Formats: sequence, structure tokens, C-alpha cells
Amino acid sequence: MTAPVTTAPVSPAPLIEIEDLSIGFTSRSGATLPILRNIDLTINEGETVGLVGESGSGKSTLALAMMGYLKGGLRVLNGATSFRDRNTFELSTQELEQIRGGELALIPQNAGQSLTPTLRIGAQIGEALKLHSRIEEADCPARVIELLSQVRLPDPEQLVERYPHELSGGQQQRVAIAMALAGEPDALLLDEPTTGLDVTTQAHVLELLRDLAANTGTAMVYVSHDLGAIARVSDRIVVMYAGEIVLEGNSRQVLRTPVHPYARGLLASIPKLADARLPVAMDGRPPSPGGTGAGCAFADRCALAEARCRAEQPLLQKAQGGQTVRCHLQEEVAHLAMPASATAERTSIPDRTPSVLDLDDVAISYARPGLLDQILGRQSNATPTVDNISIAIRKGETIGLIGESGSGKSTILKAIAGLLPTKNGKITFGSNEALHSNVDKRSNDQLRRIQLIFQNPDDSLNPRHTIAEILAQPLRLYFGLTGDDLRARSEELLERVRLGAHYLERLPSQLSGGEKQRVAVARAFAADPELVLCDEVTSALDVSVQAAVLELLKQLQEDQGTTYLFVSHDLAVVRALADRVAVLYQGRLCEIGPAERVYALPSHPYTEVLLGAVLEPDPDTAPVLTAEDVVELSPVANGCSFQRRCPRRLGAICDSTTPPLQSDDKGHAIRCHIPREELLALQSQDHAQGDATSPRLTQPGL
Amino acid sequence: MTSLSDTAVAGQKPLLVRAAVVIGDIVSRPSGLIGFGLVVLHIFLAIASPFFVPYDYKEVSAQLMLQAPSAEHWFGTDHLGRDIFTRTLLGGREALMVTAIATPIAVTWGGFLGVLFGLLGGRFDDVLMRVVDAFLSLPWILVMLLAVVIFGSSSQVLIPTLGFFYGIPVIRIARAATHDVVARDFVVAARARGQRKMTIIGRELLPNVLDVLMVEGAMRWSWMLLAFSSLSFLGFGVSPPTPDWGLMISDSRGFMSFAPWAALAPVVGLSSLIIGINLTADALAKAMGIDRAQKAPL
Amino acid sequence: MIQLLLRRLFLGLITIGLVSGIIFVSVEALPGDSCTAFLEREAEGKRLENCRNDLGLNRPAAVRYFDWAGRALQGDFGVSANGTKSIADMVGTRLRNSLVLALASLIIGIPLAIFLGIVTALWRDRQLDLWISTIAIFAMTIPEFVSATVLILIFSVWLGWLPGIVIAPAHAPISQLLPEVILPIIAISMVMTAHMLRMVRTSVIEVMASDYVQMARLKGVPYWQMVFRHVLPNALLPAINVIALTVAWLLGGVVVIEVVFNYPGLGRLMIDAISDRDLPVVQAIALILALIYVGVNLSADLLTMIANPRLRTLHTRKS
Repeated sequence: MTAPVTTAPVSPAPLIEIEDLSIGFTSRSGATLPILRNIDLTINEGETVGLVGESGSGKSTLALAMMGYLKGGLRVLNGATSFRDRNTFELSTQELEQIRGGELALIPQNAGQSLTPTLRIGAQIGEALKLHSRIEEADCPARVIELLSQVRLPDPEQLVERYPHELSGGQQQRVAIAMALAGEPDALLLDEPTTGLDVTTQAHVLELLRDLAANTGTAMVYVSHDLGAIARVSDRIVVMYAGEIVLEGNSRQVLRTPVHPYARGLLASIPKLADARLPVAMDGRPPSPGGTGAGCAFADRCALAEARCRAEQPLLQKAQGGQTVRCHLQEEVAHLAMPASATAERTSIPDRTPSVLDLDDVAISYARPGLLDQILGRQSNATPTVDNISIAIRKGETIGLIGESGSGKSTILKAIAGLLPTKNGKITFGSNEALHSNVDKRSNDQLRRIQLIFQNPDDSLNPRHTIAEILAQPLRLYFGLTGDDLRARSEELLERVRLGAHYLERLPSQLSGGEKQRVAVARAFAADPELVLCDEVTSALDVSVQAAVLELLKQLQEDQGTTYLFVSHDLAVVRALADRVAVLYQGRLCEIGPAERVYALPSHPYTEVLLGAVLEPDPDTAPVLTAEDVVELSPVANGCSFQRRCPRRLGAICDSTTPPLQSDDKGHAIRCHIPREELLALQSQDHAQGDATSPRLTQPGL
Repeated sequence: MTSLSDTAVAGQKPLLVRAAVVIGDIVSRPSGLIGFGLVVLHIFLAIASPFFVPYDYKEVSAQLMLQAPSAEHWFGTDHLGRDIFTRTLLGGREALMVTAIATPIAVTWGGFLGVLFGLLGGRFDDVLMRVVDAFLSLPWILVMLLAVVIFGSSSQVLIPTLGFFYGIPVIRIARAATHDVVARDFVVAARARGQRKMTIIGRELLPNVLDVLMVEGAMRWSWMLLAFSSLSFLGFGVSPPTPDWGLMISDSRGFMSFAPWAALAPVVGLSSLIIGINLTADALAKAMGIDRAQKAPL
Repeated sequence: MIQLLLRRLFLGLITIGLVSGIIFVSVEALPGDSCTAFLEREAEGKRLENCRNDLGLNRPAAVRYFDWAGRALQGDFGVSANGTKSIADMVGTRLRNSLVLALASLIIGIPLAIFLGIVTALWRDRQLDLWISTIAIFAMTIPEFVSATVLILIFSVWLGWLPGIVIAPAHAPISQLLPEVILPIIAISMVMTAHMLRMVRTSVIEVMASDYVQMARLKGVPYWQMVFRHVLPNALLPAINVIALTVAWLLGGVVVIEVVFNYPGLGRLMIDAISDRDLPVVQAIALILALIYVGVNLSADLLTMIANPRLRTLHTRKS
């Protein structure tokens, strides 16, 4: 079922041609620093091209340059880009306005911020229509509604009257797509269009884009850091690194047998659903603009690099199977095996292990009683954000907490940390210490034993403090360390996270994203904690850096026997790290059990939907979309939390009665009204019929 | 136009180096250089001018009434025959002294209270903000006039009065700035670690709202000068014969049609100081990456 | 949205309540009272006692506060200390005169500020912007009495074009007042315009840098259409509140200007009342000014709520 996305025309006519394009800016010191260097790229009519690279690789700059647009401060240093043989940077304003949104339309990264907040949806799409189509004024409203239905938005007649803020993220993104389609463009530029969307929404939007490309024959340039998304929509993939194209080839070749070491490293660093091992990390970090030496930009991070690589810049050349590559050693690379993970599969923690933390029927409510209610002493009876959570976390294990936005996973972490009051239930620490729900009421020792690591180190490290000061805070607070002891311990901690003592005097702003997150890890481990709460700790990082941080966390756990509560929306990351997994929907537990069981059948219908929506950097897998991606506003008061979206809904019983938690003898429990055996039969049958090639869902009994 | 916060400038000793870098950044902008220069010049004159002024500021002379500028009296003389050059040089001393002491007072107490309540939130915060709002709804001139009428206009009275009333709007600014910081994860981390409230304020919050408070302080200073000289002008401030720009301008108004120079010198003196402070505040805000024009002048 | 509005109204009322308390207490703190001021040197013994009894000054402060506040609610501010003149009448004409001054300045200032703010933002960092912005800094930082003095010096003393002082009596009809208040209006609107211009400029610059304006450009929207449809509505919305705060803050400057030009407005009455220790008048004026402040801010909130779809549609977002 995974034929190529679209069939390219027999003799493809070039649509966008970029020749030797370099774009850069002038730094404060007056030096000219390039963001893009000598880009040569042709996009043909009807073709879908994926532009992949990590942050700072220049991929978005390149996409915007195709529209003749440069962000503030940037200028063309060299070369040209043309659209239908017209040099884009030499066009008049009027000509550009004709092309932009007309023949060449952009779908932006963050649709929520790219729609004008004071204009109704209908007006914004109508504006694009009036500018770029020959439709009569009177027919506009009808056409707007047609466009909105085309992007599969429900109730388009009502939607035109709405303002952007009244829509969910997925709906906003669809509106942006409809707006881009208004001018019936020859090419669509998509700048990270699904980044920031939930897994299921992302999968739905991508399928929509795929269908649009197939039905309209529109060429697409899909810019993303996510090889999984790129794999799904592209005929051809272009890999960028440090402002250069390093590899170009058809999707299958680039994803299966890439001939550039960076592309191989990148692929190997992506966690896979079917693989319970840690992905392979890539050392080092990309050079900053202007920081590339005379040789290959990747040489510093390349395991194969020779003297030649550092001295001489490789040129783009043809390689095996039609790929174009910028590497001196491409022939050697082609014969190497793909890097494989060296880490062993995880050994499961015995059931009998005593627990570090017990959540017993915990409920948390964000709703604060109003002033009047407070005066009258009334309890708010709003449905709690998080309810009925019972999880026992065993010593030394990693328990993954999975869910989409609004699932309450971070809320639970905050409650454990004592930052949010619980409305109901008990949190027990160790064997029998009751944890007070307010952090101020906990003992120093309790505080020390539970530590938090946050998603974004830019936000979790005080920008005004040096690394020494950041590490000193827990050391002073919990151990009263001062002077030489403090310094020695700080240095030791930095060594443990593989940063040298010379980092002590630096400020966070002088560190890369990965280094900052290491400091955040070091700060948590400075307390010598028993339980570390990890809140999406790798989500803000590039994949190659993410792998290294995961590796570090695992190493520390092996050394110190630390327990992790690992919250993430990324199922593949959790698969790589977690022993046990809990799946949350709208603050309610759906499924919990050993990782290999949760990722296998039978699954809770929600887990099934989530697993089906995961995109992998593999040309042969397709997502299985079974549930609508509507975003629900608040949890239901009665019955199953997933009742409104469930593809396997039974009937009235789902709405009225909270489903039972069905456990097996391995500690795997599913909260569903459908009996386990029946779920297993239903799900195995569907997978056998549907996507036979999909290797992601393994049969039970592994 | 990058702000300092995102360029890695401060290195080994953050505070000192940062101060040096910020001043460097201020004087690297033409308007900042002019502003900073004016402020430094005025401070220098306020300290040094008593040692080199040509005449006694209170020396009255009937023969020298309202003389036009000449070699002996560069800026002419006023209606009592006093040398305007001398009085202009000395005319900013009282104002500068009072406001330079009152400004840190206002920023310190207002800033501390704002940060504290920004962190605590809740009922106390609500009540405090209503009181702040109530004070802000009274025009500053009325507040100052009442204060002067009740307590008198000596500098011992003016300093605490200005320090108190001009600290009230600082509460609001500091609180808003704190709200932005409190939501950030490093503060959440400190709370989860179990750091004491005072440690959180001192170590996590203050360093991050200090920029805002500094810029705020510079602006408070210029408004205090405005209030001080307005009071003098209205006859409620400095008492004669002490030389003061506001008072001098007020005195000169009766003779403006035939002795405009008597007004001109103090006008230039006062304006150049206030403009200097404002240009410096603007450059300071840009150097620290906070745009001042976004904030209401309250 | 109704809820939000009621909340703002409620907060406004609390503010007014607190202000009236502050005013009452601080006026109480003034040395002497209406009787000592009225009787002057004869303020001793029996006469003072009688006077205080007559005016009800011997009652506890709390009782007097509620009496005063209750009457003020009905528009009755009592009588001035030095006679039997009704404060409401006295303040009435003066308030009218001050409003004439303030409104005229606003009518000139707001459109000018918005226009110049947009122009300077769109031509940011060009010659024109640098000039206007520099002049704005001067206009906004120099004290009102200084700029007023300079204006008089130039237009009245040297050029002789405009009267440097207002001679018309307080109760003169507006048509007679207007020609005399051109200089005061210029002086006030200069400061006001400068303040507001800078805010509008910042706001427009911020919106110009937003993702949605970039998107509009990349959608091929012509420049001026982009400015009018995508930029201005979003830039001017937040400016409403800021402008309201500025306007209220500048009330203090109006007082000074009135004194400089000898204009028979509320401000000059206030200065005179303070000099004369005419406490009931001071209280009344303070309360009126606070009411104006709260009123202006409330209207700004209301206007923002009507104009901002995010606030207007608040109810639809509720689940």
C-alpha cells in the first residue's frame, strides 16, 4: 500500500531553480557570516521534495528565499533563485505580490501566530481569493467554504465567522492550508507545518497534504527537522547541514542507504517504535555561521574524517544509485553498515521491587473556586483535570508517562513535586512516608530525594547565573557545601554529565542546547536524588542531541540506581528508555504495564490510535488513522475518558460507566469495557488486513 | 541592535563586566552618548560649581537689576540684580541632591514590594494592587502639593515624600516584571527544590528584574525632577533666595517681555538635565533589551 | 465578556472608594481645619467651638467621611470654607473650562499621535523617523511649565501672535475662551502627542515583526492593504489602554499649564484652594480628578473589549 507519493511527470519541467545561492548577514563585528552556502537545487513541477536539517541548518531561510523573501538583516551574497525562469530577487514588488500566494504559496510553521487575530477566517481566505483568483466577488464566500471542506474542516459555514483564536491548533493549520490553496498554486512551500501539533493531528494533516499533492499535482517543498514526517510526504529528500546541501536523493535511498555520514548519524539517532534500545548519539554540535573551516563542515563530528576532510571542502558529486553527496569519502560510507545501537535491551525490573513512590487515586483540579464560592465555603464541583491516577513507581525503574497535550502528564509531575495541590488521593514516598501536597511543608530530605528536570533548559536555567552558581544551589541547600568542597563536587558533577570543569564560569547563554540540558541534569543529580521527574526533557532538543541526553540519563541510572518518571509525548523516545509505560488521556489512565506489553497488542483503543499515528523515517510504513483528531476541551464527567473519539466504542455503557481496569499476570492493565481477548482479536485482525508491511505493532508474547 | 541578554558578553565576573558593557553600549549610541554626557556634566557642576562661580548667588543689587548679558554677567542679571550665570550653575544642586537620594529609595522599596507580591500572588496581592491603583488615580501634582502643605518643603521632607510616592508606580512595574519571571522554569525549579522565599527573591527573581528596575529608576528620576521643579515653579518648593531653576523661571515670567534672558538660562539648565536623563534611560533600555516605549508612563 | 466588564466596573468602584478614603485622610492630616482657616486669628475658644459645631467638625472622623462621601455621591460637595459659596457651583464652571482645554488637546493630540506614530514606525530608522522621534523626546520630557514658558516667549513676547495669558473670566462662554487658549492647548497637546506617538510607534513596530504580518506579505497582500487590514487593527488595540493611562497621567500637567497661563480651570482652583487651606474644595477636586482617571481607564477597557475579538468572543470559548 505504499506506492510512491506521486508519480513525477515523464519529462519534469523545472519550476524553481536555485543556483549557487549564498545568503548571510553582517555580524556586529562587521564580518559577513553565511547562513546558506552555495545552494544548487531544482524543484520540478508536481514534485514533492523534503528539506531536512537540524536547527540552524538554514532550511527555512532557503524555503523563504524561494519566495524572494529574506528575514530582517539577511542579504543575498551570491547566486540566484528563479521561479519559472524569472529571477525572484529581481522581480518588482507587484510581480512578487502576484507570485506570492498565487503561483507559490506558503504554509507557515505556526498557523496560530500566522493568522491575523483581528480578521475572521472567512475574510482571511477571501482576501487570498480576491488577490489571486479570477473568481467573481459574489462567488467568493461559496469558494471559501469549498476550500475549507477541501481541507476536511467540519462545519465550514460556521467556521468562516470564527476568529483564529477560537480554533484548535490542528484547525488553524488546516485554515492556513486552505488559504494557501486559494490561489491554486503551482508549488506549496511548507515550513515545519506540523511541528507543535499532537501526534494524531500531525498524522491527519500529513495525510491531507499527501492527498492534496496527489489530487492537484501541486509541487511541494516540505521543510522539517522530522525525518518521519518528511518520509511520509516526499519523493525526494534534501539533507542540509550548516547551510549546505550535503545529500540529495530519492526518499527510499536517503532513508535506507544514505551515503553521507551526517545523514546516517541522523537516522541512527532517531528512536524507533520497534526498537527498545537507545538510539545512537552523534557527538559534537554543528558549526555556527562562519565557523566552518577550510574543509568539510561536518568533519569535526565525523568518525571517518581524514586530513583531506579538514583541509579541502568537498563538492557535491554523484554517488551510488543516483544520490548527490558532498563528501570526500562517499564510497567508503556506502559500504559501511548503518550505525547500530550498542546498548542492550532493557532488563525488566522485578515486580517485587519495593516502590519509591505510590500514587493512590490521585485527583488534581486546576479550577480555582471563585471569590463568591470561597466566601460561602462552597467546593467547586468541576470535573477534575486529572482523576483516579494510581501508579506505583518501583525503585530503579524508568516509568514512561505518555499522552498528548491536555493529557495531564505534566500536571501529575507538578503534583508529585508539590507544586500543585491534589484534590484527592495520596502520594506515598518510600515505604510509608506520606508526601505533603505542598512543597513548603515537606522535609529537606524529602525535597532532596525528588528532583525535577524540565523541557527547555533555556527556561530552567537562570540566565543571570554562571553554571557554578546553578550547581551550587542544591549543593548548598541540601548538603551545606561551601568553598573547596563545593567546587570539587561541582566539578565532579560536570564530569559526570561529560562537561569539563571549565564550564563552571560560563553563563547558560554561552552553551549549546544539549550542553544546557546536561547542566540541568547535573543540577538534578547534585541532590543525589532517588526519584527524578523528567518533563519532556528531550523535546526542545535536536534529534542528534536528544540521543546523547537519553544515553546520559541511562548511564546515570545504571550508576546510581535512580528512578525516573519520564513524561513525553513521543512514543518512540519512551520506548527507548522506559521499563514500564502509562498512557494518559485527558487526565485519566488508559493503560499501564511493562513497555513491551503496552507497545504490543492488545492495546487500549487510545494507545492503538496513538501508536498508529506515529511517523517513522521509513518509506515503507504508513500511519493508521482510526480516530478523528478533534481536540476536546474538557474531560468527561462520567464513563470512559476516551468515549468521544473511540473507534471501538461499544455504546451507552462507555458514556455511563467508568471501565474496569483489566490486568493480566504480567502487570499489564487496560481500562476498557471490551474484554482483553476480544480487543486482541479485533486489533490483530485489523492489522493483518490493513497494513501488512507495518512492522511497528508486534504480536504479543515477545 | 541585538540585546545584551542574547549575546554572550558577560564572562568571568558577570556583574562588573555587565555594568561596563552596558555603559559601553550606552555611549556607543549617539543619543546615549549625548544623554550620558549631559548627566555626567550636570552631576559634576552640582558638585564643583560652588568652588568656581563668579558671584555670590544671593548678592542683591539695585543698580544691576535685569541687565542684559555682558562680559561681567554672561547670562545677565535678574530682577534683584543677582548674577544669572551663578544662579543657573547652582540652580540644579538642590533638585539633583533631593531626587538622586529619593530615586534609589523609591526603586528599592517599590521594587522589593512589587517582586514580593508578584511572587506571593493571591489575596494580599489583590488588595495591594487596589491600593496602588487608588494612589495612581490621583494626579501627582495634587499628591505632592498636599504633601508639601502638610509636611513642609525642606529636603528632609521632600526626600522621603518623593521616595514614597514615586515608589508606588514602581510596585506595579516590578510586579509585572516579576510575573513574567515567576512563570519560568528556573523559578519553578527553585520552588520545587524547597528554596526559601527570600532566597528565591534574592537569587532568582531580583537578578532578572534588575534591568527593568534600573530603567524604571532612571525614568522615575526624571519625573521626580519634573515634580520638584514644578513645585518650585508653583511656589510650593524651594524657598528663596536658594537658587533653583523652577523658581528662577517663575520669577522671570513677570519680566519676560523685556528681559527674556532671565528665563532662558534656567530653561536650558533644567531641560538639558531632564533630556539627558531620558536619553540615557532610552539607551539603557535598548542596551538591556527592554523597550521602554512599551510601558505606560506611570 | 459581561462578567469581565462587571469585574472591571467593580474594581473601578473599589478604587474610587479607596481614593476617597485616602483623600479624606490626607486632608484631615493637614494642619488646621476649615474653621481655623475661616476665623484666622480669631480662631480661639468659644468662637472656634461654635464654628466647629456648626460645620459638624466635632463628630468622629468616620462619621464625617461617610457623610461627605454620601453627599458627594449626590453631587453635593458642601460649601467652601471661606464663605457660603456652593462648591458644586464653583467647581462646575472650572471643570467645564478644564474639560475644554483637555478635550481640545485630545482632539488635536490623538489623531496626530496616531498618524505620526504610524509614519515613524513604517519609516523606521529613516531620517524622518529620527527627526520626529527626537523632537518627541524633547516634547515629552521637558516640564510643562518650561515648554509653556518657551511658547509664551516665542509666540507672545517675540512674535506677538498669540496672547500669553488668559484674561477671560471663569464663566465666560466657550466662544470667548477658545481664542485665548490656543497656546495652552499647544503646550498640553505637545506633551500628550509625544507620549502617545512613542507608544503607537512601538506597537506598530511590534506588529510589523509578527508572524501574521510576515504571512500576509508572503500571501502577496499589497503593502498598504497589509498596513490597513493586518497591521493597524492589531497595533492600535493595545494602544487604547496605554493612551488612556497617559491621558490620566497628564492631568497633573494640565494643572501646571493652567497656572502658567492663568487659565480659570480646575487646576488653578485647586492650587488656590490648597494655598488658602480651603479643604472641602481640595477634597472635591481630588475626588473629581480621581473619578476622571478611573472613568477614562474604564472606557478604554470597554473600548478594547468591543474592538478585540479575543475578548469579545470570550463566551464562545467556554466549554
